[in-house]
Amino acid sequence: MSDIDTELRVRRIENGTVIDHITAGKALNVLKILGLPDSSQGVVSILLNSKGKYGQKDVVKIENRELKVEEVDKIALIAPNATINIIRNFNVTRKNKVHIPSFVEGVVECINPNCISNSNEPITSKFKVNTEDTNLKLRCFYCGRVISENIAEHLL
Amino acid sequence: MKFKDHHIISTRNFSREMIDHILAAAEKMETIANGEQRSDLLAGKVLAVLFFEPSTRTRMSFETAMLRLGGDVLNLGSVDASSISKGETLADTIRVVDGYADAIVLRHPREGAAQLASEFSRVPVLNAGDGAGHHPTQTLLDLYTIKRESHLDGLKIALAGDLKYGRTVHSLCYALSLYGAQITLISPNELRMPEEIISDIIARGAKIIEVDSIDDAINDVDVLYMTRIQKERFPDAAEYQKVANKLKITMETLKDVKHELKIMHPLPRVNEIDTKVDDTPHACYFKQAFYGVPVRMALLGLVLGAIE
Repeated sequence: MSDIDTELRVRRIENGTVIDHITAGKALNVLKILGLPDSSQGVVSILLNSKGKYGQKDVVKIENRELKVEEVDKIALIAPNATINIIRNFNVTRKNKVHIPSFVEGVVECINPNCISNSNEPITSKFKVNTEDTNLKLRCFYCGRVISENIAEHLL
Repeated sequence: MKFKDHHIISTRNFSREMIDHILAAAEKMETIANGEQRSDLLAGKVLAVLFFEPSTRTRMSFETAMLRLGGDVLNLGSVDASSISKGETLADTIRVVDGYADAIVLRHPREGAAQLASEFSRVPVLNAGDGAGHHPTQTLLDLYTIKRESHLDGLKIALAGDLKYGRTVHSLCYALSLYGAQITLISPNELRMPEEIISDIIARGAKIIEVDSIDDAINDVDVLYMTRIQKERFPDAAEYQKVANKLKITMETLKDVKHELKIMHPLPRVNEIDTKVDDTPHACYFKQAFYGVPVRMALLGLVLGAIE
């Protein structure tokens, strides 16, 4: 039995996307990053602190919308182990891990109050993502300030 | 090496070859910069000078660089009298001004402003300081001064003063690391250079020594780079005075230094260098201010495609 099949406490979806293995407690942030449920016509359901093979995890199910991997990659900033499952006719037709993108735009706000991206200019925030160290670091493309912890607190 | 239409936002990602190329171009400009020779290299070109913050030497040296090359200068004038006071965004100002000029020099109080300007401008943008961010022409003129008055290869340099907040010294250290310089950092504990920058510049090839008094370093170095310590960084006047006195250059400090030692300062100075030092062959800060002109001339010539 796959992880998806066991998640019957929230009903199985016929068609759509299941984001699995989200770091426990981060599902609401994942919704925020993906602009859900506003960007979806169907039902969006979430499971918090669900029991998984490697401890607790969160799961998000989005009905009738197939998210693209690139679209979801930006959630890797806060949930690096998440997987994207595309469901068609109750079956998983494709399964991918998220990849930490090298550049993110419009996801996080710069922690430097004097950064030009925190003014009324017509630009979106941009960050280079550094994964060289074990610690994920975001470097502001405009002012160079680095965010290395509590990234979820700075989501736009 | 082509610089035509390039924006000059930061020297942080410049290679040694790029820096050497600019410094070599600056050297050829010196006789024009000091008025010995006339030039019409940039005749018919217009430079827009947008300063959203006060500055004397950077603005004037950009203006004189353009004028000495036969170009014209368009000044924003006072921010209070412009559309900015009506709430216009920088992005809009840039999109308007790029229709009036062939290049834009920008100083702005916010970090990242020059990067933003470069995204909206159809003409090259030269960053003349963005908040606590970058000031690439200062870095280049500092390097030029070291090259002309001392030497960049095998350099032993000491940097003294506020090494925590001083963007000038941070950028200079990044650039000097490309030349494998030995850098001695002299600062009070509360104004030490941030650890992250120190490890960055070591990784790029510089050797770093940290001391807390000028006397511990001055006799061994080729260049001493002084910076101003701002009173506001200290909780009280007594604390400031204690630190300021420790980081002061007097004739007494210079008694055992190398004959060829050069003292640099980005200016304005307050009292960190005694005025008596001005008359010694070590003082090189006014020359440093002059060197801003050939360096900015070279940059203007390069980004406008008048030289290669």
